[in-house]
Amino acid sequence: MSSQGDLLHVVTNDNIPDSRKRFGRAIIWGTAALVLVVAAMQVMQATGRADFGFENWRPTLYAFCTWAVALCWGQVLIRGEAGKRTLFVLPAAIFVGALTIFPLLFGLLIAFSDWNLSSPTGRQFNGLDNIRQMWVDPFYWNALWNMVLYSAAIIVEYAIAFGLALLLNAQIRARKFFRVAFLLPLMLSPVAVSWMIGKSMLEARYGPLSRLARFFGIENPSFFGSPEIARATIMVMDAWTYIPFMMIMILAGLQAIPKELNEAAKVDGANGWRNFWEVTFPLMLPVSITAILIRIIFKLKLADVVINVTAGGPGGATDTVTSFIFREYRERSNVGYGTLLAFVYLVIIVIAMTFLMKLADRWMRPRT
Amino acid sequence: MTATTQIFRDSEADRRHRAKWWTSRIAIYGVLILWTIICLFPIYWTITTSFKMAPNVMKGNMIPFVDYTPAWLGWKSLGLSPDTIWNESTVRAEFMKRFMNSFVISVTSSALAVALGSLAAYGLSRFSYRFGWMKNSDISFFFLSQLILPPVVLALPFLVLYKELALLDTRVGLILLYTLSVLPIVIWIMRDQFGSIPTELEEAALVDGLSIWGAFATIILPIALPGMVAAFILSLVLTWNEYFFAALLTSTYANTLPVMVASQTGSQGISWWSMAALSFAAILPLIVIGVVLEKYIIKGMAAGAVK
Repeated sequence: MSSQGDLLHVVTNDNIPDSRKRFGRAIIWGTAALVLVVAAMQVMQATGRADFGFENWRPTLYAFCTWAVALCWGQVLIRGEAGKRTLFVLPAAIFVGALTIFPLLFGLLIAFSDWNLSSPTGRQFNGLDNIRQMWVDPFYWNALWNMVLYSAAIIVEYAIAFGLALLLNAQIRARKFFRVAFLLPLMLSPVAVSWMIGKSMLEARYGPLSRLARFFGIENPSFFGSPEIARATIMVMDAWTYIPFMMIMILAGLQAIPKELNEAAKVDGANGWRNFWEVTFPLMLPVSITAILIRIIFKLKLADVVINVTAGGPGGATDTVTSFIFREYRERSNVGYGTLLAFVYLVIIVIAMTFLMKLADRWMRPRT
Repeated sequence: MTATTQIFRDSEADRRHRAKWWTSRIAIYGVLILWTIICLFPIYWTITTSFKMAPNVMKGNMIPFVDYTPAWLGWKSLGLSPDTIWNESTVRAEFMKRFMNSFVISVTSSALAVALGSLAAYGLSRFSYRFGWMKNSDISFFFLSQLILPPVVLALPFLVLYKELALLDTRVGLILLYTLSVLPIVIWIMRDQFGSIPTELEEAALVDGLSIWGAFATIILPIALPGMVAAFILSLVLTWNEYFFAALLTSTYANTLPVMVASQTGSQGISWWSMAALSFAAILPLIVIGVVLEKYIIKGMAAGAVK
């Protein structure tokens, strides 16, 4: 995407009268003042200095919405055509900004306090106590380590997805049928999947997969008994849902490779295997890296299956960070500690993803 | 003696070739069919289990009509079997309420995300902006970086904020959050889509006297419609299936279907038929969407993969 100059050149001939500009500024600053006044009144009521009879913080929210609308409208009033162009991006920017930046700042405040939602004492600033507690919390470190293991499983998912994409790209009949069938797991809700597979098909006595395992001579099939097997089961269930996602990205990449390249390699005497390793695979590297990075991002959010199938058990062995914090809140309604854990997780993710993207950038550059 | 000797025959090399071709065919279709079974068996299992009764579950019967006779037990417990569908049923009322919640929330938030995201993606692909120190690439990064933000970071602050704003357990609250969570994906898809439309089209429209919004609405939107549909469907899938926020932020009024399914999971014990019926009813809309609109889903996911 170019960033210098508009791709679309619009010659504007705006003649905006001063009165209109002044009106535009007036509504923007006026509504901003309104937000401040309402917020100040609410803060005063919350701290008990005055009583305006507010029931909740909705008035501030409404004032903020008014300001957002005024800001968009004011852009057009003040800057004419240029303002209309800004109007394309501004609503989304305000929306995302309001819904992430404010909660994040607020979350930072919560993260350094002891706040049990069910206790009457309310929020109490407790400095670094939460960090100290986190440092000695083996379950949190265990959950972080699990995330590393779960992410490592992506390599296997990638290999399977690549294989399936190659098959779908080959000369086969009923391609559409297979594509739809392979896509379906992605459409199913993880909660339903955790019942369908985790709770019924893997059920130790009557589940079909347990019967299959017994048929192969395993006496007491237990898919959630030992930590390692439970973790592997969760990995398999998550892979089952998300392999189609990688498969389709890779398939799109495969279809973009010109046929001539593989034909030329064949003429030069490359057999199927060398053709794949030396032509297809290098060409697919950028797509593969994109697919893997996106998959990692999704994997880091993994929670639904764990919450519903094992609830982190046995002994926290299958916990993801998200499911751990979820239970931390559900069982102790400890908002402060949970938020701190989430923020630490965010910092780790940002560092890791930046590192991975830099690495990916370096890998991709010499080949493309 | 006229021996019927074959004059033209396949050479040894050709025959070997054909054998090799056949083995590769068999291998390819074998793997394809195996994976199809892996993908479809859980769905098949859920459908058939919803028509089973206790002995069928325990004996592990698999094929309806062959080794067990289907019964409406599971669907009866949901109030959706033929003999109960006309009667009052609290479970069905509950189910329909959750279903409507899921429907309203996912459709509204997807539509909102597609509207906001398309506008933003169009602006970013056509004009250069400067919001303070942020240029186009920074604004794009700002939007797309939301993808990395794990939901759990926002969850607890939102819980507290929503409590103060009286948005806890409301549809609006969930709609806002869901829109936020799918917006980066929509922008990702739509940026790709608008990037592939030549700017000459708008230039011609502008010369003909349309305003920039007029050109966008009458010329560009119809061309970009398939991409928007793809983004919408993908958002719909993600928001319909979302569980984490719904479980945290709703309790009685605005529960979505996944929350209902999850809350029934533990309590049902071995009465699989009703859980199977419930699960299947919850996934059915998306199976239909997946089969009918498969083209758009693939288009949406492939966007951005290939540059």
